[in-house]
Parts: sequence; structure tokens; C-alpha cells
Amino acid sequence: MILNAIKIALKVLARRKFFTFISLFGTSFTLIVLVVVAALLDIFIRPGGPERNMPRMLGLYQCVMKSEGGNSTWSGSPGYRFLSRHVKTMQSPEKITIFSSHNTVSIYEGTDKYNIGLRHTDATYWEVLDFRFIEGVPFDAHHEQQASQVAVINQQTKERFFGSGSALGETIEIDGQTFEVIGVVENVPATNRSAYADVWVPIPTKKNRDYLDAMMGGFNALLLARSRSDFPAIKREYAAVLQQIDWPDPHGDFEMLGGVDTPLEVMARKFFNETEEGEVSTGVLTAVMSLAALIFMLLPSMNLTNINLSRIMERASEIGIRKSFGANSRHLVLQFVIENLVLTAIAGLIGFLGAYVILWSITQSDLFAYATFSPNFRVFAAGLLLILVFGTMSGVYPAWKMARMHPVYALKGGQS
Amino acid sequence: MIQLEQVGKVYRTEKIETLALADVNISIPQGAFVSIMGPSGCGKSTLLNMMGLLDQPSDGEVRISGQNMSHMGDGDLARFRNQHIGFVFQSFHLIPDLKVIDNVEIPLLYRSLTHKERTRLAHAALDRVGLSSRVDHFPSQLSGGQQQRVAIARAIVGEPSYILADEPTGNLDSQMGDQVMGILEGLNEERQATIVMVTHDEEMAKRSHRIIRLFDGRQVDA
Ligand SMILES: Nc1ncnc2c1ncn2[C@@H]1O[C@H](COP(=O)(O)OP(=O)(O)OP(=O)(O)O)[C@@H](O)[C@H]1O
Ligand SMILES: [Mg+2]
Repeated sequence: MILNAIKIALKVLARRKFFTFISLFGTSFTLIVLVVVAALLDIFIRPGGPERNMPRMLGLYQCVMKSEGGNSTWSGSPGYRFLSRHVKTMQSPEKITIFSSHNTVSIYEGTDKYNIGLRHTDATYWEVLDFRFIEGVPFDAHHEQQASQVAVINQQTKERFFGSGSALGETIEIDGQTFEVIGVVENVPATNRSAYADVWVPIPTKKNRDYLDAMMGGFNALLLARSRSDFPAIKREYAAVLQQIDWPDPHGDFEMLGGVDTPLEVMARKFFNETEEGEVSTGVLTAVMSLAALIFMLLPSMNLTNINLSRIMERASEIGIRKSFGANSRHLVLQFVIENLVLTAIAGLIGFLGAYVILWSITQSDLFAYATFSPNFRVFAAGLLLILVFGTMSGVYPAWKMARMHPVYALKGGQS
Repeated sequence: MIQLEQVGKVYRTEKIETLALADVNISIPQGAFVSIMGPSGCGKSTLLNMMGLLDQPSDGEVRISGQNMSHMGDGDLARFRNQHIGFVFQSFHLIPDLKVIDNVEIPLLYRSLTHKERTRLAHAALDRVGLSSRVDHFPSQLSGGQQQRVAIARAIVGEPSYILADEPTGNLDSQMGDQVMGILEGLNEERQATIVMVTHDEEMAKRSHRIIRLFDGRQVDA
């Protein structure tokens, strides 16, 4: 019975091309959008590449500095002085790294000019983030202390300047400084907001020493926890740190606000513009996103319900016929629900393929350098499940209405 | 055995009441071939629907094989129709989206049969009405007579004890009508199927064992 219903459903769908197209279009389109959006969100929340340990990390990307009475407010990335004196000394995280924001600098080779992404980092950076070294090694604490002019470069930079051979021992000229290449890493996806760059050099090689006194600006920190269960303790310690800042003279009374965040919390902080809060809650953001997704998912099921209801009259005589030959209401509901499910399953397949193609195109494009987007199976499965649930619901009501039709009335085509 | 005792049917809508049948008493023994005749609107289809358990009488009782059907639930009625009754409708009533073979298989879908058995029985029924070569056609690709024969194949595929045919030859020319009539007679003789047929055609009616005449919802003595 079920197998036959599936077979018949496929045959009917093949015959009713316009109806099939309309139904498939709505459902597939919804799934595609859902999966693509989720994949984009996902890669920021759980990035791969060197940031694959992100689930164990808290990021410090933003803080707010206020003068007494709130007359002046600076908000933006924290400064090196603040990070090195107050954050780096925190006890609860396993490791803490300080690194500069991504800066684009130009490298001249003869008359040719190349733009590269440069980062100044500490030595711990290489322990917190999980770079894949193709050759050489990262710089270490010794290099950092000595302000050694050494650099780690990515594969693309290596190929551009040094061709296919080894780059170790070669030098690269950046902004009038000469760095010796000691390591080459695989290209980093642009979606890794802390790891992405082309060239990495030790912080103390910065020519301008002003950063040493800056409380705000230019740097970020990542705090690697032993496990996620340490997050509350780390957040508490950071809050305590903010209360005991040793402000450089002649600044007088200032306060520092903000918190350390997971990627989702970063998003929630931006979404609700809660730059000054110590902790932000992600519950509302998650709820809002889920609700949006749910409402979005309701569209194709309403579409299906609508189409199904309007087809009742068209199918009245079929119902009358089936009832005359022994179909009971259960048979008919089952048949119509299966038809809906078959339709939904096909739409799911198309939706998944569509999402796959779109994500593949984004990967191929230069939108996010080196980033690979792939459909998230969990989101797809959840989306498909929802559509199946809605598909069933959208099928059940019309089916139930159809199945209850009086056989004689139905045979007359639904008109008495 | 189909027995109707004091059967009446009133159609009620908001404004009007239509008396479609009144005080009908009929007893059709097993293996009989009965015709129902009467002018248009006299209640022939209503009567046939009553016998086929598609509709409930407003008054009186319908008994089939001695069983009172008025107390049966929808599910049991559906099962009974499936096991024992085969309909042939005046306007064919084939499902246009399904091939001939799938149309014929419909009564078998609601029995526990394998796909293979269903196909075998459907082929046999189509063979019987001389349409073996049209199994993969859609109804719209057949002539009226062929469609009516498909409808007959569907009615007989489950080997029901009762075949209720509402003007099975009404839409056909005399030659086609003759052919269809021949098939019904064959079923009646070979398988002792009880056949009740509504017709406007005296010639056809004369070929049956007995004619029931209706006028304005009432039986007229034959
Ligand atoms: N659903 C209904 N609601 C109201 N009245 C109905 C309904 N169905 C049938 N009738 C009425 O019942 C009477 C009998 O109808 P029925 O269809 O049984 O006639 P019939 O003898 O089969 O006619 P024909 O030869 O034209 O098919 C008619 O007067 C008709 O108007
Ligand atoms: Mg009639």
C-alpha cells in the first residue's frame, strides 16, 4: 500500500508538471536559503582552519574606555598595554595570545606592488592557533624577546615571491624592514578573523613604539580555556581585571568595559549593540534566529496546504472512486500524506543540491579568500525534518478534509 | 442476497426537501441479473447507491446476505464494499492521471495483496474485457467504449459477489453496448455474480432476469 502510494505519487507528479513545479519551487527555495545562510553563519561561529579550537576559546576583540562621568568614550579594539599588563597575566585560561589586527601593507618588488595582509603576534599565537606548517617553524618566545626580524608567511606569499623551492632563509622586505622567513604555513581562510593573514611577524618588531603605552587600539587577544566549563571563571576573572586597571598617567580616572566572548556572543553583542556589558546573553539571538527560520519554513508549508486545498475539488471524483472501491479514511489520508512527503523529499533533494552548488560557487569566488563553505548536514537535516513535519501537517489537513467527503458527493465532483 | 425493506430517501438542503425514494421493498437473490428502469430523476442512481452502501437510507433497512447494514461504521462499510461490491458508473469515473492498469488495480490496493498478485489479477480482468493491449494507456487515450470496459474490469477485478452498474451502456453505441452487456451476462453465468443494472434501454433490460420499474421514487409493479 505504502510502496504503491509512493509509486502512484511519483506518476501523478510527473503528469502534473505545473503543480509539481510550483510546489517544488517553494520548498526547495526555502531549503536552499536556509542551508546557505546556516553555512555562512556556521563558518563564523565554528571556523575550521587554524581556528579549529575556537569552541574552547574566548575572544577579546572590543572594549569600551570611558572617562569619569562618561564625558568621553572610546570604543574599539583593545591596546597592547592593556592586553599585555592585565589580560596576559590572567590565571584561569590555559593560554593567552595577543596579536594585532589584520593590516594591509604593500610590498614592492622592483616596480611591482603587492598588497599583503600583515599581523604582529606574540609567540603564544602559534600555540593557541593550529597552523599547518609546510616548512620551517613559528617564531618563539626568544624571537619575541629579541625582537628578531623573522617572519612566517603563507603558501601563496611564498609562491609569489620565492617560487616553488624552499623559502626558508630567504628575506622579505616590508615597510623598510627586512625579515627572514623561518616558516611557511598553509593558506588561512578569510573567515578566520584572528588567524587570517599572509605574513606574521613578532610584535616587538613594530617600528613605532607608541603601541607599548596604548590602552586602546590595534590589538586583539584570544583566551584558550582548558575546557568550555572554565568559561564562567575566565569571564569572572576578566571582570575583576577590569576593576583593577593600573591607568598610565596623566589619565586620571577611567573605566574599561566589555567582556570576553564566544563567536556567538560576539554576534549577539553586535546585534543588540551591547558594547559595554560584561556578559551578553545569546538566548534571545538564538531565539530570534530560530523564530525567523521557523517562520521562513512555514511559507512553503502554507503554500503546499493552499495548493492541496485548492486541488480538493479537482480530486473529489478520485476520492469518490477510491471510497466506492473500499478505501477508508485512513487509506486516503495516508495516500495524500505520502504524496506530500514524496514531493517534500524531492524538494529536499533539489534544495540540498542547490545549496551545495551555491556554496561551492561562493567557495570558488574570491568573496572569502581560501575559505571552504560546505552545506551543514545538521542544518539540512533539521530543515528537511521541519519541512517533512510541515509537509505532513500541510498534507494532513487537506487529506482529512478530502477523506471525509461523502462518496456520492465526491463522485459528483464535489458538487451536489 | 440484497434486501431493501421499506427503504426511503429524503435529500435535505437548507431550502428544499427532495423525496428521492419512498417505501421501496426489493429482494434480489444471489446470482440474479436485475435491471432497474424508470424516467430520469426517478431515483435509480439513489437506489443503486443504497444497495452499494455508498449512501444510507433515511428510512428502512438495507440487508446484504442477511446482514443489516445500517449499523455499520464507515470503516466496516468500506471493507464490505471492497470485498463484495463492484461498481460500474455511468460516466466511467476512471482516474485520469493513472494508467489503465493502475485504475484497474484500485480495489486490490485496499486488500492485503502483493504487487505481483495485483498485477496478475488486473491483467486477467483486462483480458476478460478484451483490453490486454491497452494496459499502459491513460484513460484519455481510449474510446468511450474502451473506457467503459476498463471500468468493468475494475469492477470485476476483486471478484465481488455483487456488481452494480449504473447505465453501463448509456454512453455507448449499440454495438459497444452489446459487447459490454455480453461481458456482464458472461460474469453472471460463469461466476454467478449478482448483477443490478440501471438502464434506459428496453432491449438491454429484456436480457436480464427481472426488471424493477421506478416512478417518482416509488416502485411500479412489473
Ligand atoms: N445530493 C442530492 N441533493 C438533493 N437532491 C438530490 C441529490 N441527489 C439526487 N437528488 C434528487 O433525487 C432524485 C433522484 O435522483 P437520481 O440521481 O437517483 O435519479 P436517476 O433516476 O438516477 O436519474 P437519471 O436517470 O437522470 O440518472 C432527483 O429528483 C434528484 O434531483
Ligand atoms: Mg442516475
